[in-house]
Amino acid sequence: MSSVNIRDFGTHAQVLVIGGGPAGLAAAIAAREAGIEKVLIIERDRMLGGILNQCIHNGFGLHTFHEELTGPEYAARFIKKAAELEIPYLLGTMVLSIDRDRRVTVMGDETGILTLTADAVVLAMGCRERPRGALNIPGYRPAGIYTAGTAQRLMNIEGFRIGNRAVILGSGDIGLIMARRLTLEGAEVVCVAELMPYSGGLKRNIVQCLIDYDIPLKLSHTVVDIRGKERVTGVTIAAVDGNRKPVPGSEEEIDCDTLLLSCGLLPENELTKMLDTPMSGITGGAVVDEHLQTGIPGIFACGNVLHVHDLVDYVSEEAAHAGKNAAAYVLGGGIAPGAVVTVQTAGGVRYTVPQRIDPAAMEDTVTIRFRVADVYRDRSIAVYRGEKCLTRRKTRVLAPGEMEQVVLKKEDLAGLTEEEGLRIVLEES
Amino acid sequence: MNYGADVIVIGAGVTGAAAARELTAYDLRVLVLESGEDVCSGTSKANSAIVHAGFDAKTGSKKAQFNVAGSRRMRELVTELDVAYRPNGALVLGFAEEDRARVQELYDRGIANGLAPEEMEILSGEEARSIEPALSDEVTCALHAKTSAIVCPFELTAALAENAAHNGAQFKFLSRVTGIRREEDGYSVECADGSVYRARCVVNAAGVYADEIHNMISDNKLSITARRGDYLLMDKEAGGLVSCTIFELPGTYGKGVLVTPTVHGNLLAGPTAVDTQDKEETATDAISLDEVGKRAAHNVKNLPLKQVITSFSGLRAHEAGGDFIIGECADAPGFYDAAGIESPGLSAAPAIGVFLAEQIAGKLGAAKNPAFDGKRKGIPHVAHLSDEERAALIKEDPAYARIVCRCETVTEGEIREAIRRTPGARSMDGIKRRVRAGMGRCQAGFCTPRVMEILSEELGIPMEEVCKNLPGSELLVKGGAV
Repeated sequence: MSSVNIRDFGTHAQVLVIGGGPAGLAAAIAAREAGIEKVLIIERDRMLGGILNQCIHNGFGLHTFHEELTGPEYAARFIKKAAELEIPYLLGTMVLSIDRDRRVTVMGDETGILTLTADAVVLAMGCRERPRGALNIPGYRPAGIYTAGTAQRLMNIEGFRIGNRAVILGSGDIGLIMARRLTLEGAEVVCVAELMPYSGGLKRNIVQCLIDYDIPLKLSHTVVDIRGKERVTGVTIAAVDGNRKPVPGSEEEIDCDTLLLSCGLLPENELTKMLDTPMSGITGGAVVDEHLQTGIPGIFACGNVLHVHDLVDYVSEEAAHAGKNAAAYVLGGGIAPGAVVTVQTAGGVRYTVPQRIDPAAMEDTVTIRFRVADVYRDRSIAVYRGEKCLTRRKTRVLAPGEMEQVVLKKEDLAGLTEEEGLRIVLEES
Repeated sequence: MNYGADVIVIGAGVTGAAAARELTAYDLRVLVLESGEDVCSGTSKANSAIVHAGFDAKTGSKKAQFNVAGSRRMRELVTELDVAYRPNGALVLGFAEEDRARVQELYDRGIANGLAPEEMEILSGEEARSIEPALSDEVTCALHAKTSAIVCPFELTAALAENAAHNGAQFKFLSRVTGIRREEDGYSVECADGSVYRARCVVNAAGVYADEIHNMISDNKLSITARRGDYLLMDKEAGGLVSCTIFELPGTYGKGVLVTPTVHGNLLAGPTAVDTQDKEETATDAISLDEVGKRAAHNVKNLPLKQVITSFSGLRAHEAGGDFIIGECADAPGFYDAAGIESPGLSAAPAIGVFLAEQIAGKLGAAKNPAFDGKRKGIPHVAHLSDEERAALIKEDPAYARIVCRCETVTEGEIREAIRRTPGARSMDGIKRRVRAGMGRCQAGFCTPRVMEILSEELGIPMEEVCKNLPGSELLVKGGAV
């Protein structure tokens, strides 16, 4: 269980990391490597590694380790590293509250109920899945309706069979992965229905999880009814029009005992909201600067709690950045706030992280990650400082399911002001 | 004839549970037969959770009589049974000049039904908005019913049942009544599994099936239609939008669509009213859900429909005569109906229970039960405790430190306690209704595997047999890798 006796550790951490998934682990490792003695990870589950533990498929780590790992293997590399660095962690421990003075109240087996203090906090709580209720799918409420991640946990960690014949709504990555997983376990996946005219998942997952197994992907389709009083006995799917409303007459009844939902992930920011710091209505995460610092000095955010990522490699990279900055905050006595410039977006760029840059305080480069609003072909990603184009890169296809990034140099942003403006735009190539 | 019980109560919804609890206050052996796997698994589980003030029902009706008496009794009952309850008041909105007369009519009816003048007031649109800033700008007048309240219907029903059991009542679940026969001095009641129970009196609290039960024994036939209502439940972030319960002016099909906070801090909107043939038809439909959203948004500004975390539908037991049918059946002595219990049934239940118990005790000449203990202590809700109280609880049982449902801060200790109570939770839904695990914004995404595991351990059943509710609602199918 927990690696630390809290009586020995005490109630003060220099860097307190909330969440022991990929983001929290990378942040804690980076903080320790930057010279922080007292790092502490708080994890609510019974093991470190977060959702990676249930992602037993491969494809993780291509960017970070230049090899294909499974989720647990990828997590294990970071868990091993954290162990080598003797980073203490608490398992089965949940943070109940946090305040702007970085007082964090936790509850768990090791701690009972306890208030900790920290010089810096890294928020790395991850995200949750959008449930059926939030999708407003009418019909009965029988057993056999799972979010894809819940089904994944029951199958891959607990070792159970969740159904024999499934329809999957939503072509997010977990849904695609689960279509293959169910098939490999002997269940039949009738189809994957996707409300949008494009998939929300990675191209490689559509190929490797659906096409390779002859599972139909029905774009612009949704579930309009769920039948079955005790267990699901069937669902009705229908085509949707341009306003995403079901087209009368297009209904198709499908017999099945299982409905999986993979309809989007929501950053889990209950704690962040207690801080009363600016939040982004688009990402669902905190608004951060180039240090990944929230509006509260000394409180940083990274990983899926900040914005939902496509690849865990980027989570690790971003989180290491947050951890390093948290360490610098502690060791250097804070980050001097300078003139902060808002990163503006246009032409289909939905959001950026960070949302704000301090050209004076930034390091030599800043990585700006973003997603686009639709599928775009043959566009260029351009960055403008005022009227001046700083960079421009041609792309063949941009899709909402894939995260994009641009790297900006400090020298290009020197003296940048809000009036002058910094914009990331998509342009016709 | 050897009777195993003095009274059989058919149905463990809020009415049946209230009757059972009040019957145990007398020297009577009480047996409750419930077709579901748990208490509160029919109409009582899916309704507006309002304790109505009592101005709405027709003066002189049983609905009016039991509503007023029930909502008064409720205030004491929730203390005795440690049930979540909040007197939040209600506003009935008028939008046009002619609505003023209808609002006045409701006020007058309230007085005629026995409410005190100080329990109600008629407000102008501005006055109403000063109480509830989120009300529509088009509201011109409103009835403010100060004694209207909200309650947790799940906890109320479970608490009544627990207290009944504590005082000796027996509960049999998965016991659907299929036949009732007159015996020389009582009744024999047969269940779907073939078991037969005998008692001197029977209470019919069978919800939407109360007509079928009644018609087994009486020639004065009842006809109950299941009137379906769809609801939208919104996130706790939206729970503070209104503090009162916001009603439309009532129409033919009931009280219209309301918007209300719940005792747990969510925001609830609904219900619609659609008569159905199938008494199990608890499926929502897109048109109804859309209607709930539109009508609620007409009454309350900035209704955050994006924050809907779940939708559900409930069935009201509407009897053709339009009123409650309560009391001894004219052609079946010893057979007592509590039928047609639609709104304001939840409000009325405490008074219905008391009334039926008095009647039956009188009939059977039963004395008061000297050992009756009307107090029940609720399952601790860690989410609502202070840190000091939490620490004390954890010291007693470390399971109260282990959070299983992160959205609602529900611990393993609470879940185990919910199963260990009598009658205890037997299913995922039973856990959810008692301690709210799975009731929050992720809607059981994270806690499902853990709650299943705890149910499996506590009940001594394999994971594959853990059900959402009734048999047939198993969450897993056989043949997993383990």
